[in-house]
Amino acid sequence: MLTVEGLQVTRGRTRVLTDLTLEVGAGEIAALIGSNGAGKTTTLMALSGLLPIAQGTATLRLDGQTFDLTRADPAKLVRAGLVHCPEGRQIFTRLTIEENLRLGAFLNRDEARVRALMDEIYALFPVLRERRHEAAGGLSGGEQMMLAIGRALMGEPRLLLLDEPSLGLAPQVTERIFDTLRDLNAERGVTLLLVEQNAMMALDIAHRGFVIREGRVELAGSGRDLLEDPHVMGAYLGLSA
Amino acid sequence: MSDYAIQQIVNGLSLGSLYALVAIGFSLIYGVIRLVNFAHGDLMMVGAFATFGLIATDHVPWVVLPLLVLVAGFLSGGLVERLAFRSIRGAPMITGFIVTLSVSVALQNLGLILLGAQPRNFSFPAVFRERVALGGIDVAIIDLTIPAVTLLCAVLLTVFVKTTRMGIAMRAVSENTLAARLMGISINRVVLLVFGIGGALAALAGLFWGGKFGQIDPLMGFVPGLKAFVATIIGGVGSLPGAILGGYILGFAEVAFVGFLPAAYAGYRDAFVFGLLILILLVRPSGLFGSTEEERA
Amino acid sequence: MTPRAAPRFAVSPTQALALFTLLLVGAVVGLEVFGSGYLRTLAALTLINILLAVSLTMTNGFTGLFSLGHPAFMTLGAYVAVMFTYPVGRRGFAMPDLPDMIRDVALPLPAAATVGGLTAGLVAAVIGLLVLRLRTHYLAVATLGLIIVVQTLALNLDGLTRGGRGLTGIPREASLPLIALCTLLVVMLCWRIKHASIGRAMLAVRENEMAARCVGIHAFRLKMLAFVLGAALAGFGGALLPHVVSVMTPKSFGLMLSFNLVAIIVVGGQGSVIGAIVAALAISLGGEALRGLEETFQLYGITQVIVAVALIAALMWRPKGLFGLREPLVRTP
Repeated sequence: MLTVEGLQVTRGRTRVLTDLTLEVGAGEIAALIGSNGAGKTTTLMALSGLLPIAQGTATLRLDGQTFDLTRADPAKLVRAGLVHCPEGRQIFTRLTIEENLRLGAFLNRDEARVRALMDEIYALFPVLRERRHEAAGGLSGGEQMMLAIGRALMGEPRLLLLDEPSLGLAPQVTERIFDTLRDLNAERGVTLLLVEQNAMMALDIAHRGFVIREGRVELAGSGRDLLEDPHVMGAYLGLSA
Repeated sequence: MSDYAIQQIVNGLSLGSLYALVAIGFSLIYGVIRLVNFAHGDLMMVGAFATFGLIATDHVPWVVLPLLVLVAGFLSGGLVERLAFRSIRGAPMITGFIVTLSVSVALQNLGLILLGAQPRNFSFPAVFRERVALGGIDVAIIDLTIPAVTLLCAVLLTVFVKTTRMGIAMRAVSENTLAARLMGISINRVVLLVFGIGGALAALAGLFWGGKFGQIDPLMGFVPGLKAFVATIIGGVGSLPGAILGGYILGFAEVAFVGFLPAAYAGYRDAFVFGLLILILLVRPSGLFGSTEEERA
Repeated sequence: MTPRAAPRFAVSPTQALALFTLLLVGAVVGLEVFGSGYLRTLAALTLINILLAVSLTMTNGFTGLFSLGHPAFMTLGAYVAVMFTYPVGRRGFAMPDLPDMIRDVALPLPAAATVGGLTAGLVAAVIGLLVLRLRTHYLAVATLGLIIVVQTLALNLDGLTRGGRGLTGIPREASLPLIALCTLLVVMLCWRIKHASIGRAMLAVRENEMAARCVGIHAFRLKMLAFVLGAALAGFGGALLPHVVSVMTPKSFGLMLSFNLVAIIVVGGQGSVIGAIVAALAISLGGEALRGLEETFQLYGITQVIVAVALIAALMWRPKGLFGLREPLVRTP
């Protein structure tokens, strides 16, 4: 579904991605792990059109259609079904929860469809319905994460890029979020590309994992294989082999 | 309350309305792209001369004229954004306001070239200059029209910003541009819209300014524009209700300064306004009603 | 920043100053001997523009403040100086409110201009304590407001200024050599400051205030110094102008002048003394050339439009101005 080859991205004067190649198949959960500064967030930002791509190819194949990600703005990609749920959640704190969700479907002019989508999100996260007219800034960290995911789902993604869903959340809350992600994948067939510090949890639900180091993929394999790889264990899981 | 006091209140209301109309645009623009637009006041001049030209044609009915002025303001606001401001988006703040200052200077001098330096007399239809009895005193109809129309605009704009898809998008862009882009919102379109709305309201203020004071000239917009910025600061930059309230507070303060102090001080009103500005900036840099949000932005 | 290839021809800062002095003396002598009255006046006004631009590039360029208030301090300095140079016999009529203490005090222009500059500096010290705590755009608006406040005061204190009618018959004491000397002194002062440790501290504040404070630089004190010194020089330079043209009104130095000075230092590269000099020369002489055009085609205002458009173009095409912070052809030690 997503094919990336030899991707190079520069931020400021630093070349963050040097030569990134990866592939995600339809219906998969893929996890991108690596230490701080390895280029995980940059990868997602480049794929969703927020950062210009210096070199390399990135293509999205959906229902027989092909989209070139190297020269596309976010709006076009959202229309194609690629939605990016950014690092730090980035919900609109001064807007109400409902307004946040409405913006998730900004490009959708079919109000009835938007309403239906919103009801689905409320069913998924009932706490959002209870507080739908409150400013989103008042939500707890976990609730904000639910809102961020809900907002992303409003765009009816086929491929969802998720950046650090566990950031700043309590372990139980993180678990709840990851359960939701697994369900989304299994029941709705949403393909996920997940960036995580919490490598253990990410690899646990992932079909496929990529270890990034200094802007390139150092190691790739199934989630299970990587979990059991002694090198990965030592470097990224905080477990000595 | 004495008749004199009522008269002053009416004056404060209409002057405050003018400031509020200009301040709204100032505040919206700053809110969305953090640009201090010194050229904003000059759109008031554009609106005043658009009105002047439309009156001169003698063919435009009075009900249609303000609508045409709004359209003219919307287009000139958008045009200025497209031609001058888009290419410096994201540049350092100082670059931003040097460019807006340049645009202001260019607009004023283009006005001088095209329209001449002589102030023009502005002839509103007699009906607006007629006076009606209100609580025992006579009030000019124009002084009642201005606040009424301003209020209408404020309500319509609030409804737009609160309930429509583009209105919500506007607020989203002003809070978090990056996230707004990820929603598929076109930042360019939102910014253009904001400049258009600001320009339309400023142009309307120009129409009223001419109606109230009877004279217009190419340099008329700059100082009221600065004062509207003062009003914006009073209300807290980036806040729509703040800008409106700030406009009225400034209008009343100015009228009170002139109306209730000995006549000898009347000439100092502009000194008073900017003295007030410095005072407010020192005591409450985020405005009387603003949050500290703006300071972090 | 990428290191630049050293230019083939480069001089030390001291040599540059000597070279500038030489050029200036040559130009002044040439004009005094061969120049017409018109050329001498044009040169005088151009030199004052250089003085003002260099002083503004110190305030705004060195420390990264953004003050638009130069004309306010110029107006102040000018009126104060004129109080001491105006013919004593006509003061009773033109300035009835002049305090008795100075009613009969007549000073030569250099002394009067110094008093004017000191007054402007003193006022700037008080204002600076208030407004220098403000962030960039607030400072810009507050200093624009200051121009309006000063103009309003000048308009209304008509016992000292004759209000909107303005003061006429101010002695034309500002000769070209005197102005050249003043300009030279101001350029030297700003040049020395930039190349001394205090100047480097100012530049550090401009580049990164937080980092500068972390290494023990007292940022606020330096900003105050740059603001007050710049204002004093503005007052001094402003005091010279009415003694060239013999007239002073509350609107002599206003918003357009403020804009033009900012245009000069932005085009020159904020913080570059040579840049300010070059840009001041270009805009003064270019403006004068365009004035002929305005009169021929009856297009009053076109010069300002051109300056404004050129400034926008410069910012798009070369956002750091001609030279940025650098001094072209001068070796950095």
